Amino acid sequence: MNDFTLVLKNLFRKKLRAILLLFSILSAFLIFGALGSFYKVFTAGVEVAAADRLITVNKINFTVSLPLAYVNRVRSIEGVRNASHASWFGGYYQDPRKQVQTFAIEADTYLAAYSELVMPDEQRKAFMETRDCLLTGIDLVDQYGWKLGDSVPINSNIWQKKDGSSVWEFTICAIFDGDKETVPANYLMFHYDYFNENLAFARDKAGWIILNSEDPAMNDDISKQIDTLFANSQAETKTSTESAFNKAFLQQMGNIGLILSSVIGAAFATILMIVGTTMVMAVSERTKEIAVMKTLGFRTGRIFRLVLSESLLLALLGGLIGLGIAWALVDLAIGPALSGFLPGMRLTADIALLAIVLMLALGLITGILPALKAMNVAIVDALGKN
Amino acid sequence: MSKTEPLYVLRGLSKQYSRGKETIPIFDGLDMEIANGEFMAIMGPSGSGKTTLLNQLGGIDAPTTGEVIFDGRRIDNLGQGALAKWRSENVGFIFQFYNLMPTLTAAQNVELPLLLSPVKGAERKKRVATALDIVGIGDRAKHYPRQLSGGQQQRVAIARAIVADPKVLLCDEPTGDLDRTSADEVLEMLQLLNTKMGKTIIMVTHDPAAAKYAKTELFLDKGKFIKKGSKK
Repeated sequence: MNDFTLVLKNLFRKKLRAILLLFSILSAFLIFGALGSFYKVFTAGVEVAAADRLITVNKINFTVSLPLAYVNRVRSIEGVRNASHASWFGGYYQDPRKQVQTFAIEADTYLAAYSELVMPDEQRKAFMETRDCLLTGIDLVDQYGWKLGDSVPINSNIWQKKDGSSVWEFTICAIFDGDKETVPANYLMFHYDYFNENLAFARDKAGWIILNSEDPAMNDDISKQIDTLFANSQAETKTSTESAFNKAFLQQMGNIGLILSSVIGAAFATILMIVGTTMVMAVSERTKEIAVMKTLGFRTGRIFRLVLSESLLLALLGGLIGLGIAWALVDLAIGPALSGFLPGMRLTADIALLAIVLMLALGLITGILPALKAMNVAIVDALGKN
Repeated sequence: MSKTEPLYVLRGLSKQYSRGKETIPIFDGLDMEIANGEFMAIMGPSGSGKTTLLNQLGGIDAPTTGEVIFDGRRIDNLGQGALAKWRSENVGFIFQFYNLMPTLTAAQNVELPLLLSPVKGAERKKRVATALDIVGIGDRAKHYPRQLSGGQQQRVAIARAIVADPKVLLCDEPTGDLDRTSADEVLEMLQLLNTKMGKTIIMVTHDPAAAKYAKTELFLDKGKFIKKGSKK
């Protein structure tokens, strides 16, 4: 027997209570692990944003396009190393329910801007040289069982071809992946020229401009120069860093971070009160036992550590089980199921680490009062309570 | 310490409690010596200060004034940590209601004081088994307190009190919750620990029959010793 035995025995002295407490903590960390993973993958775009990358969109709204001529004018601004453009295609495959994010891009400059998109050299070459090539994200290849050489018709709800059809024929000649798991690879890209030449209307427009600055320190200055350049024109612009753009884009759907933080915060506040109150009651129930231990010669510091260890053990046990279930759910079930929509969704090490820090904090916060109470038990008073 | 030197010396011991503005004296200016190897029964009516005196001897309560000297060392002025260490090394406590840990087995209850000593592993197990055998309850080692009778629980409590080999056993109404037969068994055991193992035993009791097992009977009333009888 050692101190750990005492901690364990006291923690499970009332098994039902211990199990209910464990379940409460488990639930909180299950929510934390699952929602944390969701938030992480949802905001991955913000995290993978390159510091030197800027986005110029129409000041009215990012869905309103810009004149294509703006791209060359942006290129001429001092400090702009590379400029490209992309347009939203809004495609679906076979069935409107099978939405696939598709973009018409200026290939060479776009891939230069997004160096984190990787593919074999021969496929890159094939993409550059093939007008109707569909550069396909690896996640969609996995999802639809596509392979190189497949002909893939993509429908657009927005863009009609000159012949009146909204079905655009492509051939998969390159497959890209991200150089990190957090880089999305769940969309399609094809040549802007192919797109522009076949459009029935609205030619020579760019959805948005992507540019790389020579130095991130120049970002603010470049943004001002671009927006000043197009001020008072028919299509005024708004330039921001990619990170800020992505954040603004996410906020169109509401403050996901705030919503998730509120849910997680509410769960933790509830757990804190439940576990804290129960621990205080649990220690009160055994005031006499604590007095006996002190009588036998257990020092106050040791009593303090024993009681605090109980709440720490409780938080760690419940938390780790909850985190384990969250991992199984996210990595083995939800993640694979949502790979097309939210690629790379998994319970990452930083979420697990933060969860462990929260477990320790929960254990300390809920244990400190009972531990102090136990430490200050007056032997004579407690033993007198028969 | 030679055998003639007392184990305890109390000098001018006073204890009073405050209740609001009122001060309640328990005893005032007690002087006494307790010899090494003594088996002393302290008797007296409720509120006479018996348990308070025992608490002073056990270092779990401090006197208002006066000195408590144990084995030549003053203990009433020690800090909480030092007192805890002193108790773990020198005193075994036996309570009226046994005060065993309900979540621990009999053996684990007995082992508890050894968590405070450097005794480890096989030696610790041996000591626990020996203590349980001495009190005649070795076959109940794995039983929890709720699975034991009152008498058996008090035996476990005695085993817990002696396992760390203290010099003195302080017993507060050790038979107060037992029937006569069990009480006699416990008292015989205490007597045996005193005569065969040389433990100094100081026992607070209401029960004249229990006090008869002691070598010395001391009567405390209104904070003063009023009669002292020795069978030596």
